[in-house]
Amino acid sequence: MREVSVELDCRGMVCPRPVIELARHLGDVVVGDLVAVVAEDPAARYDVPAWCRMREQEYVGADTAADGVARYVVRRLS
Amino acid sequence: MTHPGGYLDSASSEPLHPAARESLLAALDRGYADPRRLHKAARDARLLLDNARAVVAQCLGVRADEVTFTSSGTDAVHRGLLGLARARRSRGDVVLHSEVEHSAVRHAATWGGSPRLVGATGHARVRVGDLVESATADVAVCALQSANHEVGTVQPVGDLRLPHDVPLFVDACASMGRLPLPGGWDALAGSAHKWGGPAGVGVLVVRRGARWESPFPEDDRVDHRGSGFENVPAALAAAASLQAVVAEREETHARQHALIDQVRAAAAALPDTEVVGDPVDRLPHLVTFSCLYVNGEALVTELDRHGFGVASGSACTASSLEPSHVLAAMGALTHGNVRVSLTRETTQEQVDAFCAVLPAVVAGLRS
Repeated sequence: MREVSVELDCRGMVCPRPVIELARHLGDVVVGDLVAVVAEDPAARYDVPAWCRMREQEYVGADTAADGVARYVVRRLS
Repeated sequence: MTHPGGYLDSASSEPLHPAARESLLAALDRGYADPRRLHKAARDARLLLDNARAVVAQCLGVRADEVTFTSSGTDAVHRGLLGLARARRSRGDVVLHSEVEHSAVRHAATWGGSPRLVGATGHARVRVGDLVESATADVAVCALQSANHEVGTVQPVGDLRLPHDVPLFVDACASMGRLPLPGGWDALAGSAHKWGGPAGVGVLVVRRGARWESPFPEDDRVDHRGSGFENVPAALAAAASLQAVVAEREETHARQHALIDQVRAAAAALPDTEVVGDPVDRLPHLVTFSCLYVNGEALVTELDRHGFGVASGSACTASSLEPSHVLAAMGALTHGNVRVSLTRETTQEQVDAFCAVLPAVVAGLRS
């Protein structure tokens, strides 16, 4: 598991909530640092990378949280 | 009608064309008998069926003996794809197809063989080279759609030259009647209710000389490639509407292409909204776009409240639902998604009204 500065607990949320949380909390990390979204929502697998492309942030990749829920890692670029 | 003029979901089903209604009503009283019998009523039904087949063949530029009416577009896909695969089963069972094929192709590939998938570009266009590279000698059949049913992108079917004599199946359900057929295929499928014919009629075309074997139990009907009692009136109505649609195609195409350009521009002007699919080389009548931070189903419901019926590839109502595999394969945003598709009667005024209401609807859902 990668070290991230902020991990957003989006368990139980349906789309587009996880991406809304990501957008809302991107500013919580400094430029160059990592923020992660933990979500069961199947759409997050596609929508977090798509959001990064649209908002010109870096999608680092997916891993899993300690409880096995998918985690999507983003690097703040701006 | 729920949507007086606001029905913008022809890609799911086009309203019945007047030519189809007229033929259907006339044929209901004449086409009831079993076309395989020898008496007068049967000969009458057979005449109507053969007539429908000849008309469809002429509209598509194929031979009449290559055309089979099936019970749906899905049935035509199953028979076309799996019939080519079955005839080549001694070589292998790999079904090669793109990630952006219709679910009918995907499910048939899983059911009848070992699927091998190739990706697509950000416009959902399949690269000919990817298919050629993956078409090894153990591939039983390759499937490529004529145009994508969700985002409209036209696929390079005519440019595809498969090695090892791998046969090509083309799912033409999204484009039949709207675009001329591409070349280079062995079997092809269409669906009448997508061009303004009745539901429950599919068209299967198998090229003369193509190796095809029925993947399902044989049935002793008029046409050995189909099964079940022929729906003669519906086949005739499908043929009549296809003829009418092809006759007016040039005019419809130009009009719808321009109207969709207008919807694309209106959607692209919305903040944080992405219009997907090829902007030019596409089906004339549909466009798909995704709005960031919006629930797709809520967007459909809100547009419905304003009188517009549209489809969505989003799956935001439950965490167990998978969103559109086409959008996912393209790397497009899957939430906040709507597909707008025009009927042959959609007017400039209706498109203006849709474009006028859209910004406030999206802004309202975001706030």
